[in-house]
Amino acid sequence: MKAPAFEYHDPTTLAEAIALLCRLENARPLAGGQSLMPMLNMRFVQPDHVVDLNRIAELSGIRVLPDGALEIGAMTRQRDIERDARVAQACPLMVEALAQVGHRQTRNRGTIGGSLCHMDPAAELPLVCAAVDAVVRIAGPGGEREIPFAEFPLGYMTPAVGPDELLVGLHVPAAPKGQGHAFLEFARRHGDFAIVAVAVLLDPGPDGRVARASVALGGVGPAPLRLAEAEALLRGTAVEDDAIARALATTASLDPMEDALVPGWYRRHLAGVLLGRALGIARERMA
Amino acid sequence: MSERRITLAVNGQRHDITVPVRRSLADALRQDCGLTGTHLGCEHGVCGACTVLVDGRSARACLMLAVQAENLAITTVEGLAPDAAMLHPLQQAFANNHALQCGFCTPGMLTTLVELLAENPSPSAAEVRVAISGNLCRCTGYETIVAATLEAAAVMRGEAA
Repeated sequence: MKAPAFEYHDPTTLAEAIALLCRLENARPLAGGQSLMPMLNMRFVQPDHVVDLNRIAELSGIRVLPDGALEIGAMTRQRDIERDARVAQACPLMVEALAQVGHRQTRNRGTIGGSLCHMDPAAELPLVCAAVDAVVRIAGPGGEREIPFAEFPLGYMTPAVGPDELLVGLHVPAAPKGQGHAFLEFARRHGDFAIVAVAVLLDPGPDGRVARASVALGGVGPAPLRLAEAEALLRGTAVEDDAIARALATTASLDPMEDALVPGWYRRHLAGVLLGRALGIARERMA
Repeated sequence: MSERRITLAVNGQRHDITVPVRRSLADALRQDCGLTGTHLGCEHGVCGACTVLVDGRSARACLMLAVQAENLAITTVEGLAPDAAMLHPLQQAFANNHALQCGFCTPGMLTTLVELLAENPSPSAAEVRVAISGNLCRCTGYETIVAATLEAAAVMRGEAA
């Protein structure tokens, strides 16, 4: 349970870090270390070089834009986001989800960028980003590019970040006035990755009915899954019980992943139960 | 193997040590600084035994490299008591309430709970349970740990326990 031997680099600027990633073979960026360090200790990964991002000040911090949206640096600690009043204002869904990310000791070190790039299929933060339509910024030798979060997962635990690129931050749109939100998950123990997690956003229109719904599931597919059909069924409704029932019916066609511990049918069942509860909570919070 | 000469500030004391860059902070504390109060259980961030305070915030010492701890203030269980004759109120409450049996999880429990009490001087039992949800006690002595924490909180607030 000791990390394999590697060379250690601790650049202090983003440009320096990118240059190292371009130059070095088999290098891994190290963010908060709450996933990579266990993987090193268990020797699931054996990089020749570790490029530590913790000394790059420009990668962390939270900024509020004039329209109320958030710019969050990739190296911002999860605990700092959880406790930031500006995040509670602009994206209460994220704060609600963060309380279920690991434990306080891991959130004190763990970063939002690390969580997004590790991209466990049941992780909370990628699910929030999928639900709120976040935009991620990725830097490489050619400069920076922005992509919608929907294009960020390429597959199971695979983010759209090249070997000489780094996720540098994300843009989180401000929750519109009156938005109802809910984040729920089921895990065997507090702090575990969820078996299934669900994030729901309901934006009311001028008539008080749902103008836009966002329904996202974690732990069901290889990456966060948006339920476009359920979202369409909720639009224009007042989230009456029968509207919720119609939205829930769409989970019947889910084909969740299966593993040795959790059968697919159970994940499908949980998706329905949690989504029903989350829609009820979000409905109460919609104003 | 790649090594680095670093200075760690642990419990207010300087330690000039040379470590392989892959060495965890927990191993450096134990092997290079001689501070064996920090215990290593799982070595992959699950059990919480190695929890130390990094700039006042709890962190798994098995999930940090020693080289990352340069210029940060580390507090281990050895640094909690004000002096050799007196325990920290939380340590005293652990002793009063039989909140340790084998003692293996205790250093991680204490550092985690010191952070909680610094932030929240009047936690509920439920809040204490959430705070230690990342610390495993295989003697399963959680009830007495929660009781000790509530007693320590009262003492630290200046109320008679």
